Amino acid sequence: MSERTKQRYAAERRFRLYGLAAIGAAVLVLATLVTSIGIVGMPAFFQTYIKLDVTVDAADVESGRFRQLTFDAVYAFHPEVTDRREKKRLRGIVSSGADREIRLAVADDPSLIGTTFPIWVRSSDDIDIFIKGQVSRDLPQEDRRVKDNEIAWVDGLVEQGRVETRFNFSFFSTGDSREPEQAGIWGAVVGSFFTLCVALAVSFPLGVLAAIYLEEYAPQNRWTDLIEVNINNLAAVPSIVFGLLGLAMFLNFFGMPRSAPVVGGMVLALMTLPTIIIATRAALKAVPPSIREAALGIGASELQVVTHHVVPLAMPGILTGTIIGMAQALGETAPLLMIGMVAFIVDIPQGIFDPSTVLPVQIYIWADSPERAFVAKTSAAILVLLTFLVCMNAIAVMLRKRFERRW
Amino acid sequence: MSVAEQLENSGQPEKAVERKSKVIGKDITVHYGEKQALFDVNLAIPEHQVTALIGPSGCGKSTFLRCINRMNDVIDGCRVGGELTVDGVDIYRSNIDVVELRARVGMVFQKPNPFPKSIYDNIAYGPRIHGQASGRGEMDEVVETSLRRAGLWDEAKDRLEEPGTSLSGGQQQRLCIARAIAVNPDVILMDEPCSALDPIATARIEELIDELRERFTIVIVTHSMQQAARVSQRTAFFHLGVLVDEGETDQIFTNPKDERTQDYITGRFG
Ligand SMILES: Nc1ncnc2c1ncn2[C@@H]1O[C@H](COP(=O)(O)OP(=O)(O)O)[C@@H](O)[C@H]1O
Ligand SMILES: [Mg+2]
Repeated sequence: MSERTKQRYAAERRFRLYGLAAIGAAVLVLATLVTSIGIVGMPAFFQTYIKLDVTVDAADVESGRFRQLTFDAVYAFHPEVTDRREKKRLRGIVSSGADREIRLAVADDPSLIGTTFPIWVRSSDDIDIFIKGQVSRDLPQEDRRVKDNEIAWVDGLVEQGRVETRFNFSFFSTGDSREPEQAGIWGAVVGSFFTLCVALAVSFPLGVLAAIYLEEYAPQNRWTDLIEVNINNLAAVPSIVFGLLGLAMFLNFFGMPRSAPVVGGMVLALMTLPTIIIATRAALKAVPPSIREAALGIGASELQVVTHHVVPLAMPGILTGTIIGMAQALGETAPLLMIGMVAFIVDIPQGIFDPSTVLPVQIYIWADSPERAFVAKTSAAILVLLTFLVCMNAIAVMLRKRFERRW
Repeated sequence: MSVAEQLENSGQPEKAVERKSKVIGKDITVHYGEKQALFDVNLAIPEHQVTALIGPSGCGKSTFLRCINRMNDVIDGCRVGGELTVDGVDIYRSNIDVVELRARVGMVFQKPNPFPKSIYDNIAYGPRIHGQASGRGEMDEVVETSLRRAGLWDEAKDRLEEPGTSLSGGQQQRLCIARAIAVNPDVILMDEPCSALDPIATARIEELIDELRERFTIVIVTHSMQQAARVSQRTAFFHLGVLVDEGETDQIFTNPKDERTQDYITGRFG
């Protein structure tokens, strides 16, 4: 082998190695990110429950004294505790929402009235974290939120088999809450869904029609060049600017409701529009001219050429672009902060005019909360958001694969 | 086989008959932007004959062909001057609808370009948009007749629902011919219909063209002089945007009036 050939081979090997190294680094970073989020977020999918023995009689139901009933049931574990401060700590073992669970159980099964029955209620977030082993017993007492006597009480309950960790279904079915053990992401998921629906309903027809006009009808002149440059620039505008625009236009000028998916959706639609237009134009351009000629040649009108042939053939590309645009919109936070979608909202939104929040903003809110249990919730919400994004991108890839070049 | 011999063998004199002109171009000029592609072309295309347009590449054959069904309309910056009549109607001046014109003047392209739909839908598309067939039964009939006339029925009758793109190149081109004749045009324009095909597929198309001449007026662009000699009754020779020579095919090939034609058919340039 000549010297030159050897050198060429060596150079090629080196080049391949650099490429592999680059890919390896990228994969490593991604894997680290996802695993760390996964490890931190995993506990949020589980919740500690404590079994109480509750006595409910008709008078309690009448006057709605469920709060007191819950306290009594917890006090019953340790009758010796009498100090007011200590009693407060003792009843703090269970979630402040436990009375609601008891009320619901009774409403569900009225035959419980007048009896003493066992019921599993959520523990408070501090106890939950302690049970999950995230608080070390070796720390000095003043450095941990779970004090020595609480540890003793909980250990006693564990011995009695009154403590259990279960899958936290309600994380996926409730809205936000100030109490981490009661907080769920369903409100944010529904909010995201409504917001994306509005964004899609606004940006898809506008984007596709604009792209069809520009690609198929517009004459090639300085005006269309200008429009084209501006659409490309629009794609590069920081998203918060769209939020400011939405604030000034939709909220202040048109007086639309704050924190509502309808406004959020329209702001995101503005942001997605350039993505959809650019993707649609590329898809239309990729339809071979021979198909247009064939249709024109047998006397199809321009509109028929577009609607019967070009757009159907470009549809996979258009949909791919749209899904990618929607995925971007799903992950967007900044513009929504500007229009007030960052509010604390407990109720699940029922429509596009109800105040709501969206997944990334929910993550932002939780990440900003002081309670330690929200750390896991934050990561869990990120996992959910990532799952949605991966699914959307997978659909886009599948569409592209499935309909790849059929001519 | 020389061109002259082929003419002997084709044995189609047909000279004496005085035919009506289907398409007449008078002083046709075409500009693409600043560039002039055709210079004052005067050409009459007789009914029920095959007229071949030959000449070196870039001489304006396709340009002239595309004038006849106004396919040049869709090219930005293309201007057509002069007078072009189909059945005596000026297709550029009178307010004839271009969609109706293209239904009467069909076109077959260089590269087979079936729609990415089923064979059936490829053919049914034209009649459907022109409202020429009502109901499934009538449409079935149109599809069958068109495929039969294009010599594709026997090969395609059992696979009408398969995509047109699943056929071989030659079959695809015959499908495109079937698609063109499905709307029942008077004139069929063919722009180098065989240049993407192998010799056997080419032979089938040439046979087909000869059969189709009975019903349709055919204008074919070809870069192969043998093909022009085999299929056409009349030949027009273009050079640098000018119609140099035009006449009966055997006369053009055996006894060209113009020196440039002579040079071209004897292969001195091309
Ligand atoms: N779409 C177009 N835009 C600009 N010039 C064109 C276009 N189509 C053809 N031409 C020019 O017109 C001349 C004739 O082209 P054409 O009719 O395609 O030649 P032929 O079919 O004989 O090879 C060529 O010089 C070509 O460069
Ligand atoms: Mg050509």
